[in-house]
Amino acid sequence: MSTAPDLVDYDDAVARYDPVIGIEVHVELGTASKMFDGAPTVFGAPPNTQVTPVSLGLPGSLPVVNRTAVESAILIGLALNCQIAEVCRFARKNYFYPDVPKNFQISQYDEPIAFDGWLDVELEDGTVLRVEIERAHMEEDAGKNTHVGGASGRIHGAEYSLVDYNRAGIPLVEIVTRPIAGVGERAPEVARAYVQTLRDIFRGLGVSEARMERGNVRADVNLSLRPSPDAPLGTRTETKNVNSFRSVERAVRYEICRQAAVLDAGATVIQETRHWHEDTGTTTPGRVKSDAEDYRYFPEPDLVPLAPSREWVQELRARLPEMPVARWHRLQTDWGYSDPEMRDVVNAGAVELIETTVAAGATPAAARKWWMGELARTANTEGVDLGALPVTPEQIGELQRLVDSGRLNDQLARQVLAGVLAGEGSPQEVAAARGLGIVSDDGALLAAVDEALAAQPDIAAKVRGGNLGPVGSIIGAVMKATRGQADAGRVRELVIERINQG
Amino acid sequence: MSTISREEVARLAGLARIDLTDSELTRLAGELDVIVQAVATVSAVATDDVPATSHPMPLSNVLREDEASEPLPVLDALAAAPATEGGRFAVPRILEED
Amino acid sequence: MGDLIRRSAADLATALRSGEVSSVEVAQAHLDRIAAVDGAVHAFLHVCTDEALATAREVDARRSAGDELHPLAGVPIAVKDVVVTKGIPSTAGSKILQGWIPPYDATLVERLKAAGMPILGKTNMDEFAMGSSTEHSAYGNTHNPWDLDRIPGGSGGGSAAAVAAFEAPLAIGTDTGGSIRQPAAVTGTVGTKPTYGGVSRYGLIALASSLDQAGPVSRTVLDAALLHEVIGGHDPRDSTSLTDPLPDLVGAARLGANGDLTGVRVGVVHELNGEGYQAGVRARFEEALDLLRGAGAEVVEVGCPHFVHALAAYYLILPSEASSNLARFDGMRYGLRVEPSDGPVTAERVMGATRGAGFGDEVKRRIILGTYALSAGYYDAYYGNAQKVRTLVQRDFAAAFDQADVLVSPTAPTTAFKLGEKLDDPMAMYLNDVATIPANLAGVPGLSLPSGLDQGLPVGFQVLAPARADDRLYRVGAALEMLLEQRWGGPLLAQAPELAVTA
Repeated sequence: MSTAPDLVDYDDAVARYDPVIGIEVHVELGTASKMFDGAPTVFGAPPNTQVTPVSLGLPGSLPVVNRTAVESAILIGLALNCQIAEVCRFARKNYFYPDVPKNFQISQYDEPIAFDGWLDVELEDGTVLRVEIERAHMEEDAGKNTHVGGASGRIHGAEYSLVDYNRAGIPLVEIVTRPIAGVGERAPEVARAYVQTLRDIFRGLGVSEARMERGNVRADVNLSLRPSPDAPLGTRTETKNVNSFRSVERAVRYEICRQAAVLDAGATVIQETRHWHEDTGTTTPGRVKSDAEDYRYFPEPDLVPLAPSREWVQELRARLPEMPVARWHRLQTDWGYSDPEMRDVVNAGAVELIETTVAAGATPAAARKWWMGELARTANTEGVDLGALPVTPEQIGELQRLVDSGRLNDQLARQVLAGVLAGEGSPQEVAAARGLGIVSDDGALLAAVDEALAAQPDIAAKVRGGNLGPVGSIIGAVMKATRGQADAGRVRELVIERINQG
Repeated sequence: MSTISREEVARLAGLARIDLTDSELTRLAGELDVIVQAVATVSAVATDDVPATSHPMPLSNVLREDEASEPLPVLDALAAAPATEGGRFAVPRILEED
Repeated sequence: MGDLIRRSAADLATALRSGEVSSVEVAQAHLDRIAAVDGAVHAFLHVCTDEALATAREVDARRSAGDELHPLAGVPIAVKDVVVTKGIPSTAGSKILQGWIPPYDATLVERLKAAGMPILGKTNMDEFAMGSSTEHSAYGNTHNPWDLDRIPGGSGGGSAAAVAAFEAPLAIGTDTGGSIRQPAAVTGTVGTKPTYGGVSRYGLIALASSLDQAGPVSRTVLDAALLHEVIGGHDPRDSTSLTDPLPDLVGAARLGANGDLTGVRVGVVHELNGEGYQAGVRARFEEALDLLRGAGAEVVEVGCPHFVHALAAYYLILPSEASSNLARFDGMRYGLRVEPSDGPVTAERVMGATRGAGFGDEVKRRIILGTYALSAGYYDAYYGNAQKVRTLVQRDFAAAFDQADVLVSPTAPTTAFKLGEKLDDPMAMYLNDVATIPANLAGVPGLSLPSGLDQGLPVGFQVLAPARADDRLYRVGAALEMLLEQRWGGPLLAQAPELAVTA
């Protein structure tokens, strides 16, 4: 029995209910070895080829903490404006599951390495929202189950499962927000923007490749509704398996619609973990746990406390790169872009490209013109990211220099660019090979001007008569004769000179 | 009056994933009750002002450099497995969503 | 060569170095002894004939080639089956690991191998080291060589019996609440629990992580010191491993053997020498104290008032940590897998059936107790409070070590009881460890050596020292051993009944 649940129209739901969201993000650190042992962490390796006795949880094995993982956790904590613990410990979270080789996970319980922070999240329209961060802590990842025999590889109806422990033991940092309230109908957008901002921070810090589609970044989305902002918090659900930014937004939206329908019917929302389905755009309940999971946390006896010295934390704080949002604000001011212009650049992922192009000598305006104009169009057509196009910011800089020096005009430059994209070489090389370049030799131009005047004899008379308009057709003819490679301004001068001469 | 009932022992056995027969359950409940009463005496002397010690030797900050080492050969990793398939551990079907 | 098996490890080492005897001869002599008596003693779960002889041959070859060898090279050793040995079955005395062959060696095994010590086999033990009599082994009882109807102690009864029966000159044990020291006491052998962190736990199948320590089992104090130096020292694979270098343990043993303890303050722990202790046990203890006084030691009484709560704290901390450490045994990756006899075969139900079938009673008892103690709502009252008692026990030791250089007590309240005698009463069994448990809680080192007989059965004398001062154990132990053996006219084991040899 599975009837689709009722859904309230979204606008209606947010008009009558106040959503409160909470987001837990897990990020896989890009360390060379695992959290508690030296097993390698290469993506995509054949199953069970990246395990040691420790990551397999063999009897007798013992964990040893990865220094770089701790550094990364502290960096993340600092980037999120958290306090860094003076002393913290690891704890065992005990539960049985085949992808957890010890049947406990080494995590942190009441002593996380970072806590009480905040993050300013900028939405697309420029609104900034401060999200409060409750904590960030370190833990190890579990292995991966593949379910065999059921429909679509899902767990229901599967006959058996296959487990690969390559991922077991990979370092994770879990970041938990405090309840995010007061966002109203923008809740889905806020959730999405928060996860995206975190992703940019992870990349900016260099602690993770942070690719959601690879599972480097995982988000669990919590949502509850209440009749009004003054009412106490409602019952919340937790939705897992949210594997992209878009899913984050859609899952929040869906849960708002679903919970509103439940509440409208006078029923209570069940506190449960739900599973997001990308294909149907819905959430379904997970198994109802009769045994409200008692994890029996206790301090990990095989590890000793971690007491990051204040000197070490200071050293790491000094290593913090500028946070993305602050950096964008600074660059926007330097470049003189308007708000919408900068936002477009950020959303297109073109900040670094433009930065490098400017460093290669182009003006910010010119750099933006190329990357957000011609190149963005090309990327769109090809269906690739801007950064994946076969042209470098340095080459764009070179191209712009050719325009600035008068060797190319815009139209020619675009032809040269096409050549570069086709792999014909650098802008200089393409211009030379294709014979593209503005003709600046007056002698050659005069010859073309004379020819054009000769071909349209009545134009000269008209122009001498005081009507400059027809000059355009002479210029046009000259441009055509020179295959567009004449400097139109100079041609105009020469045409008028010639006409006036006689 | 028992401190730890038969039902409680059954619940704990479930939490610990240990199947117990009825007679085991009865016997264990009796034995555990005696033990629990004996060990409950710790609360008498463990007052609020006494800190807990989880590690006998006061070590801290034991860290390892982030260097990958030789993993176990995959055949060694799988050698003792009751069942394998395609280089993975084969386990009976899992009922719960993770 | 008949007397090869009666020699101490130190003597064998000398004989090997001088060329009097080869490693192969020594190994073979012990393998022959095992074949002759282990049918009755059952100290061994697995005998590594081929591996032991291969190591022995290699040592002999290297010696002939003039290579530099470790002092103990060629001296064979038995290893408690809780220690992981690559390519050699390791069961921890449990059915749930029946036939499990580890793909790696424990750090201490790597050190034994590096020293060129042939491993004779894996010894019997209480399942997962939970017990004081080895009767909880899934593979049958081990019998005390002094009286085959009696327990050899536990959990390391196999290692102690092997050494007491001259099947090995040395053995490795592990001690979580007395599992090296108590078997030593009831078998007339020597055993040390090092300072916590003094010997790597990497490769020890874990029972209680904050209490477990591996240590030497031998027939003499000097032998224990020699073995302790082989296996001790920092291991980067064990985060709880001490970085301090070991003190000079062998030097301390040699010093002690001259019998002079002038200036050494010996503290008698009031709470570890009272009711419930057999009269003969207390008598041997008092006699030993007299010998120490005669050697120049100053004997004082010290009070450790919180020791009376140590047993309760231990039986909360151990089961809690063990319940978590043993969760991994679920039939998914190694070891026994049992399917439920009826109903759907799911991972969850296979786990339950496997653990129900694979674990013995004592293990089930302690896992459930530990699960209870860590449960939401019970944590503070049980596990939390037990860790506070631990603090109090540590403070008691600290105060006592202000007044004395070493603390002493009888190792165990009784001599070896009969097999089956205490099986029905878990609490009665737990009381065997009342004198040894405080040291594990605090992490301080302890040694047991034979102090005589009571009605024909061995009695043990326990020496405790401050953390990292393991050398004091060996100095005082060696002194007492020398004085006692002077009185006995030889080692205590010389008075043990001859075991019937099966041809």
